[in-house]
Amino acid sequence: MRVAIITFPGSNCDYDCYKALRDVLGVDAGFVWHRETSLGDADAVILPGGFSYGDHLRAGAIARFSPVMDAVAEFAGSGGLVLGICNGFQILCEAGLLPGALVLNDTRRFRGETVRVRVENATSPFTHAYERGQVLRLPIAHGEGGYLADEATLDELETQGRVAFRYVDAAGRATPEANPNGSARGIAGVLGAGGNVLGLMPHPERAVEELLGSTDGVGLFRSLVLSLAAAA
Amino acid sequence: MSEAGASMAADPRDAALAEENGRGRHPAAFGAGTPPEPRPGDPEVTPELVAAHGLSEDEYRLILDLVGRVPTYTELGLFSALWSEHCGYKNSKPLLRTLPTEAPWVLQGPGENAGVIDIGDGIAAAFKIESHNHPSAIEPYEGAATGVGGILRDVFTMGARPVALLDALRFGPLESARVRYLFEGVVRGIGDYGNCVGVPNIGGEVHFDETYEGNPLVNAMAIGLMKAEHLIRGEAAGPGNPIIAVGARTGRDGIHGATFASEELSEEAERSRPQVQVGDPFTEKLLLEASLELIRSGHIVGIQDMGAAGLASSSTEMAARSGTGVDIDVSRVPVREPGMTPYEILLSESQERMLVVALAGRQDEVRAILERWELEAVVIGRVTDDGLYRVREGERVVAELPGEALVHGCPTYTREGVESEEVRRARSWTPADPSSRALSRERAEAALLRLLGHPTIASKAWVYRQFDSTVRTNTALEPGGDAGVIRVRGTRRALAATTDCNGGYCWLRPRTGAMIAVAEAARNLACVGARPRAVTNNLNFGNPTRPEIYFQMSEAVAGMAEACRAFETPVVSGNVSLYNESPRGAIHPTPVIGMVGVLEDVSHLVRSAFQAPGDRLVLLGVSRDELGGSLHVRLEGEGLVGEPPAVDLAGERALQEALLALAREGLVRSAHDCSEGGLAVCLAESAVADREAPLGVDVELPAGVPDDAALFGETQGRAVVSCHAPACARVLEVAEAYGVPAAEIGSVGAAGRFVLGAADGRALVDLRIGEVADAWHEAIPRIMAGG
Repeated sequence: MRVAIITFPGSNCDYDCYKALRDVLGVDAGFVWHRETSLGDADAVILPGGFSYGDHLRAGAIARFSPVMDAVAEFAGSGGLVLGICNGFQILCEAGLLPGALVLNDTRRFRGETVRVRVENATSPFTHAYERGQVLRLPIAHGEGGYLADEATLDELETQGRVAFRYVDAAGRATPEANPNGSARGIAGVLGAGGNVLGLMPHPERAVEELLGSTDGVGLFRSLVLSLAAAA
Repeated sequence: MSEAGASMAADPRDAALAEENGRGRHPAAFGAGTPPEPRPGDPEVTPELVAAHGLSEDEYRLILDLVGRVPTYTELGLFSALWSEHCGYKNSKPLLRTLPTEAPWVLQGPGENAGVIDIGDGIAAAFKIESHNHPSAIEPYEGAATGVGGILRDVFTMGARPVALLDALRFGPLESARVRYLFEGVVRGIGDYGNCVGVPNIGGEVHFDETYEGNPLVNAMAIGLMKAEHLIRGEAAGPGNPIIAVGARTGRDGIHGATFASEELSEEAERSRPQVQVGDPFTEKLLLEASLELIRSGHIVGIQDMGAAGLASSSTEMAARSGTGVDIDVSRVPVREPGMTPYEILLSESQERMLVVALAGRQDEVRAILERWELEAVVIGRVTDDGLYRVREGERVVAELPGEALVHGCPTYTREGVESEEVRRARSWTPADPSSRALSRERAEAALLRLLGHPTIASKAWVYRQFDSTVRTNTALEPGGDAGVIRVRGTRRALAATTDCNGGYCWLRPRTGAMIAVAEAARNLACVGARPRAVTNNLNFGNPTRPEIYFQMSEAVAGMAEACRAFETPVVSGNVSLYNESPRGAIHPTPVIGMVGVLEDVSHLVRSAFQAPGDRLVLLGVSRDELGGSLHVRLEGEGLVGEPPAVDLAGERALQEALLALAREGLVRSAHDCSEGGLAVCLAESAVADREAPLGVDVELPAGVPDDAALFGETQGRAVVSCHAPACARVLEVAEAYGVPAAEIGSVGAAGRFVLGAADGRALVDLRIGEVADAWHEAIPRIMAGG
């Protein structure tokens, strides 16, 4: 089992994902440079956080044209598991692998803090190790994390169970105050139509050790690993 | 870009240059070659032009002696930049020599891009603090952003991967719209740059005071980690080795920034906006990765940031460290616009550029690494063995100077310092007679809430929540505590860091104030469980040619030296920022201390927040009747007056050792040092640190000290720790073993109230904890939202 982590110029959470997979979950992981045209023998792909191409133009807008993205699209099209975190989520939206877009936080400021999200779908390949309704504490660190889509798309995401995570308060309620960036319907993470592509703004790879203040992110990687093991 | 990269090996001029320089065309002493002729189009060097370059008549005479002829315009520019205060340290060097710089764990002291210490297990930490005060006063966003960029480059050019950032910031009062604009811009600039590069911001401090209204301070500190064997220096060794310009192209921005930073800010300073550089953190991230890869590759001998005074200072400093010369052709430097003169190319401070000296014959390998990171790299010259700093523009020699004199020949000044009368008068204030200083509950509560709501004391979450503090997944203690802490992967250790300085104390008595800055930094580190190891300092002062300012400098450095010796925390790097003056006058002397410490085991980490009701509170140290220089007295309307708190360096050292022992033994559940706002503020901060679950406090204040001093006096050498009730006796025992006075003063309360009583039983403060939390947490957000 091997997870490919794509490194774009400006990625800065690639190593964090690597350490989470290798050191915490004991899973083989390796980096794939954005100029590669093949993912090799990867069983799953992670697009990590950071500022690919300095977020010039718009977060993720340039990275989607990287040579490796054709291989990622093909991998996703054939049912492979693709996870985009933060900037990776933005790239997946820009590349059309996920619906909607991520815009400047409604606070108009970068937000670096720990938030709570509720697991809305606990049956996906990325979330089945969680309970539905479980509240997770995960760090966020983004300036452009407001999730937007038209109403019809949002309705479709809701009815198809493709809202994976939603920002909530300590009591597990999705309130405007608990929404850190003005995301439509408090959406923090969405699944693609096939259920095999997930994008989310919070950083599960930063919540995998007690030392870091939370281990709530482990479940996401464990889900991924169990899904791969089941498929193998 | 790959085109330019490819030219590195292919350009036949390379070979010619190497041949020319390799054996030293000018074997004799300086002056044996053909002196450079004035370049057509360059202005004539006149006394007015010399004065406009910030050089005194005496300094110019010295230059004439050194050069033996009238310098060319290009040469004048070089001297102006390298002999500026910023590069030449001409008013501070004699003072800086008195600071302790050595310890067995120091691998690199001052004089390099950054200082380096051994932190154990073969790991070294490189760190430095640097100011970007003047640019930030003019253009806060870019000024602060490029400050972060520069300090990161200083760290990774030592071979270390940057792992943490901190910032020491000073602004005027937030009531001013202009100050809010500066504050907002600086914070955003620091955030956008550091966040993009992916370096967690783990701490620092922000003070607000009228003295900084026209001249804010933006001091950025970076820390990097490396295997000790990867340490590399900014050297241009090995005649014949190619000198390579890497990174962004050179433009006309920031020309004479070093000279600009060496003058007072004037009303016209706004017009200097074009001198402020523009940062590109994306290129920085590529430079960072490429530089570390280059250093590990073994293909290069030296690397340095093109920082203040750009190509001129980086190339001359690298040569001076190796005792070599350099020969540079500026026509080969990649530029952003046509028609740039040698003068402009040498002095440009365009950001995200590095100078690399490679091993001869390794150009292809170097090029391959840089190309992979999409960076431009061009051979612009060679190292020579003649000690000369020679610059060509194609065939024409436009500068040829003795390199050593350019870098080290700048005259230094030791001046006469005289204490100002105004300070003496202010210091003569004494508090009223103790018998008249009992406080009613109403007054004590109002004074406490006022202190907690003062932006200098209030929570700085509004600031650090705009920073990414958790990237790299090593942050064990985020901003908001006594110090930031990051674990060191592959070891049990962790690194702690803090910045500290109370400019008010330093104004009243600079020697004492600087000692307190060192003591507070060390105390902060000890509170989190880290042993203080070394210091980087940022000396922010006014115009040194004024006797009262020079007095502040010499006294502050003396105090700093004494405290650093007492704590065995040598100064390994730093920065001097002078001429911090606006039309309203000089800033308070602000010698910021950045201190780094080591936790042998990250599991010993202690936080500042109280953990649970019922825990006992122990005050380490004694409270005295000291109100001079306190924020309480200032908010009472008395002004910055009185004698600042006394410092007992031996007592501070004992307190540090006691705190470290308590952390090691796992006896304490929290520790927080007493500083601005005194014991009452210290207790409140620990009680409400967790916004969602603040805890109450029930404390009886020490006897024998008037109410105002007992609550808000800023006596040094104190910290409050909390512990499980059964551990309390052992905590007191440990304190006694280290000779630290200690007393149980109360407990963490369950009732949700913040209660402080006088020793005679009077209730002085009895507030709902929610009110205390609100005052502290919401002060800055409210001001910034309302503004």
